Amino acid sequence: MLSIVELDFGTPRSRSAQPVALTIDGREVSVPAGTSVLRAASEAGIAIPRLCATELLEAFGSCRLCLVEIEGRKGYPASCTTPVEAGMKVTTQSAQLQKIRRGVMELYLSDHASGDEALPTEMRRMIEAVGVREVRYGFDGANHRQAVRDESNPYFRFDPAACIVCSRCVRACDEQQGTLALTIEGRGFDSRVVASQDEGFMQSECVSCGACVQACPTTALTEKSLLAQGPAQSSTVTTCAYCGVGCSFRAEMRGEELVRMVPNKDGHANHGHSCVKGRFAIGYATHADRILKPMIRARIGDAWREVSWQEAIAHTASEFRRIQAQHGRDSIGGITSSRCTNEETYLVQKLVRAGFGNNNVDTCARVCHSPTGYGLKQTLGESAGTQDFDSVMQADVIFVIGANPTDAHPVFASQMKRRLRQGAKLIVADPRRIDLVRTPHVQADFHLCLRPGTNVALLTSLAHVIVGEGLVAEEFVRARCETDSFAKWRAFAAEPRHSPEAMESVTGVPAADVRAAARLYATGGNAAIYYGLGVTEHSQGSTAVMAIANLAMATANIGREGVGVNPLRGQNNVQGSCDMGSFPHEFPGYRHVGDAAVRASFEQAWGVALQAEPGLRIPNMFEAALDGEFRGLYIEGEDIVQSDPNTQHVTAALMAMECVVVQDLFLNETAKFAHVFLPGSTFLEKDGTFINAERRISRVRRVMRPKSGHADWEITQLLSNAMGYPMEYAHPSAIMDEIARLTPTFRGVDYAKLDRLGSIQWPCNEDAPEGTPTMHVHEFVRGKGRFMLTEYVPSTEKVNAKYPLILTTGRILSQYNVGAQTRRTENSRWHGEDRLEIHPQDAEDRGITDDDWVGIESRAGQTVLRATISARMPPGVVYTTFHFPFSGANVITTDNSDWATNCPEYKVTAVQITRVTQPSDWQQRYRAFSDRQHALLGEAGANAG
Amino acid sequence: MTMQQHDAAAALVKMANDIADYFRSEPQRELAVEGIANHIARYWEPRMRKKILAYQAEHGGEGLNELARAAIARLAQRQGPSA
Ligand code: SF4
Ligand code: SF4
Ligand code: FES
Repeated sequence: MLSIVELDFGTPRSRSAQPVALTIDGREVSVPAGTSVLRAASEAGIAIPRLCATELLEAFGSCRLCLVEIEGRKGYPASCTTPVEAGMKVTTQSAQLQKIRRGVMELYLSDHASGDEALPTEMRRMIEAVGVREVRYGFDGANHRQAVRDESNPYFRFDPAACIVCSRCVRACDEQQGTLALTIEGRGFDSRVVASQDEGFMQSECVSCGACVQACPTTALTEKSLLAQGPAQSSTVTTCAYCGVGCSFRAEMRGEELVRMVPNKDGHANHGHSCVKGRFAIGYATHADRILKPMIRARIGDAWREVSWQEAIAHTASEFRRIQAQHGRDSIGGITSSRCTNEETYLVQKLVRAGFGNNNVDTCARVCHSPTGYGLKQTLGESAGTQDFDSVMQADVIFVIGANPTDAHPVFASQMKRRLRQGAKLIVADPRRIDLVRTPHVQADFHLCLRPGTNVALLTSLAHVIVGEGLVAEEFVRARCETDSFAKWRAFAAEPRHSPEAMESVTGVPAADVRAAARLYATGGNAAIYYGLGVTEHSQGSTAVMAIANLAMATANIGREGVGVNPLRGQNNVQGSCDMGSFPHEFPGYRHVGDAAVRASFEQAWGVALQAEPGLRIPNMFEAALDGEFRGLYIEGEDIVQSDPNTQHVTAALMAMECVVVQDLFLNETAKFAHVFLPGSTFLEKDGTFINAERRISRVRRVMRPKSGHADWEITQLLSNAMGYPMEYAHPSAIMDEIARLTPTFRGVDYAKLDRLGSIQWPCNEDAPEGTPTMHVHEFVRGKGRFMLTEYVPSTEKVNAKYPLILTTGRILSQYNVGAQTRRTENSRWHGEDRLEIHPQDAEDRGITDDDWVGIESRAGQTVLRATISARMPPGVVYTTFHFPFSGANVITTDNSDWATNCPEYKVTAVQITRVTQPSDWQQRYRAFSDRQHALLGEAGANAG
Repeated sequence: MTMQQHDAAAALVKMANDIADYFRSEPQRELAVEGIANHIARYWEPRMRKKILAYQAEHGGEGLNELARAAIARLAQRQGPSA
């Protein structure tokens, strides 16, 4: 249902390059072959009434409203399902057509309520276009006007009385989302839309992506927010602040009030689709828990005191300067987040490097995709994915390893499933039977169900088959890759100890499957690898990333559409926060701080001398804090207490510090250990850019004033000025201009160009003024591709009699990361707590049944979760999400980390589980501490001064 | 929230060993030692480097694997007699 009317051409755009000329209502028009008559007319500004057609879906031809006359043809063909032909002569308006259309519309109206008159639906516009003023058939016959509404979904309602059974919702669920939750049941007059087995939306398989709501031309499917607030007055294009897909949305507004988010048809990452988070889970932005005033306190046991911005900033600056005076320049640092915009992260690293005078800056990508940065830089020469999302539509073989796109990257998963339904082959490597292994009309050709922690063993055995069975793309390798490193790698991979047969006892994957999957990957046409945190969050995360790049180079599956190495980034701006120089050893654009020429360019622009040595990574900061060498920390938008491993180690480090500053929306877990709280702003309250997993830079646009008075970039700027390092940006666009001046891969980027093009994939510079969808086309960024050896080193986190199970972690569709945002929305109705998934056999052995409380103990700690018995788990492996702080998932994860980047090994923790009756000691202490902190927050207003 | 026992050297020893483990399969030992030393020089904050050098000097590299020791010795060499 439309509120702000967007142009819709009725049927999808044809990709043909062949022009076809025809005449519509006497006008000559030319469109690509394959275009429908409906679209050809629409593009020429001739509106043909229609109800069942929309350009987001394939034409269906059911409503009979779009009929036209075509010279030389009998009857009245539906223009939506009739492709153009050369020389065709079409008439769209005549007395006869008018009569037929009016008759169709009257029939609809006699049967269906016309819905809320205040809402400008497509139906209402068509009623006007067709010119129906009264319904001659009357309302007395059998009709659906009294049908009962389904209000079960928290975000939209279904009103069958207004449904005209046009099937747009059903087709949207099939074609766009790929969930196939909706069907039309019955025939003729009795036909109606049902969700799953007529269970109502909430109980059905519906994933609440909203595609049906967007597709509906009536008020039958309507957002509750729209019904409550009325139609929007304006709309602004912006970018989702959740996952790394980076969907483009129109924020529909009434004044400064958000009515709803509508996925942008022209969005380059999402093409008009969305998921339940970006579209609906927005309530956190106005949640009562938001803190809107700065607060300070001397000790973490003290009550908070609300203070003015001026006092909070002056206090922070003086504390940081005091600490530096007493403990040295390197005793403070900063942490940014992938939830911040590029401009914000850039400013934080600039504040640390230029203002604090050290390189102690890191970002949460440390704990997710730092191995991607390292591994792809070593092999290909650039720390980023190689393709755009649309590339998947050219892939013949899709290899998904350590990623669960249907939960974590839903909109891209829908696109991938579309390609799979068209016949692309699928290899899944994952310890769990993730949804993609088997979903409607999709069945993985291979599910390589490997033991957690054995990615490198599996990937090297795939390489063994490719090398051993003569599947190497010799010519490509000779032309594009280093001779020496390839020769060394070939010999390494060929060693018998790497054969699938030898590795079977390590990975648990049948050798025959590995061989067949390797052959498919190497010879099945365009093969593309998609991977996620199941690859990176291991003690060998970087090695696995390099193993993936090796496979792509060896088989020439890189450098064109349909192939490549595609890291699926967790949070919206993981790519951007890394690009912006948030790592302690790198300036923006992944250039080492030790590089004298690069450093000189920053020194000149920033007017200060900069350190040539790397600073502390996040885990190093904790170590240094416990050693008394690190005492002040500025954290923007990140919740290290909940998201970093070994919680008790993190909290001990924070308690050892003297000034912890948290800039965030809520009193998150880290803020409970803070001395200064600076209230941040949501993505709706500021301007900036995000960069998604495809290197796509998209604008975030301010649609309301910052509720705390300052956007986040302004707060950093205030702090910098107070610390004596001047920053005078008038707008985030000026920050982007500086980024572009100093970073070769961003040289051609500015806000005006982003406005003009909609989005840009970096590199964007003189060589690629409009950006780069596919990388490494003619040569690798580093010149020749470099093969790296990938020795399998088993994790030291091993199962034994005491800890016989492996715990692995992940995320779920409705919740996001630490959950600070999504927990404060109706999304918790789908997932209100983290659960421990256990294989039926493991559960039975321990007398555990569904919903029991189970204690989970690792070498690092203990926690308690409720059990879900699930055959998706292999025996010996248990699984949980980490969206709720009380779960303490990270109390049990260990200090083990990736050898190259210290990315934590979240995916492998040896544990034992037992049935218990009460929360763990940690949880009880946590609850008491957390309650106390909330009480201290409650006193803040009273202490205002 | 309890304080955990903190052993600063243990964390560094583990990090150095993990890096060395990656380079284990490098057939030319010289390249492996150089690779480990470079990795530490490139990514470790100077205070951490100083500590691991001091640890090696004081404890004879106890707990460090053989390649890690060689790489740390290489780093000490690069820094000259002052280190
Ligand atoms: S709910 Fe809307 S989109 Fe679905 S069949 Fe009814 S009118 Fe069409
Ligand atoms: S969470 Fe991700 S997939 Fe969902 S709407 Fe936002 S960017 Fe798109
Ligand atoms: S729009 Fe063509 S038949 Fe419905």
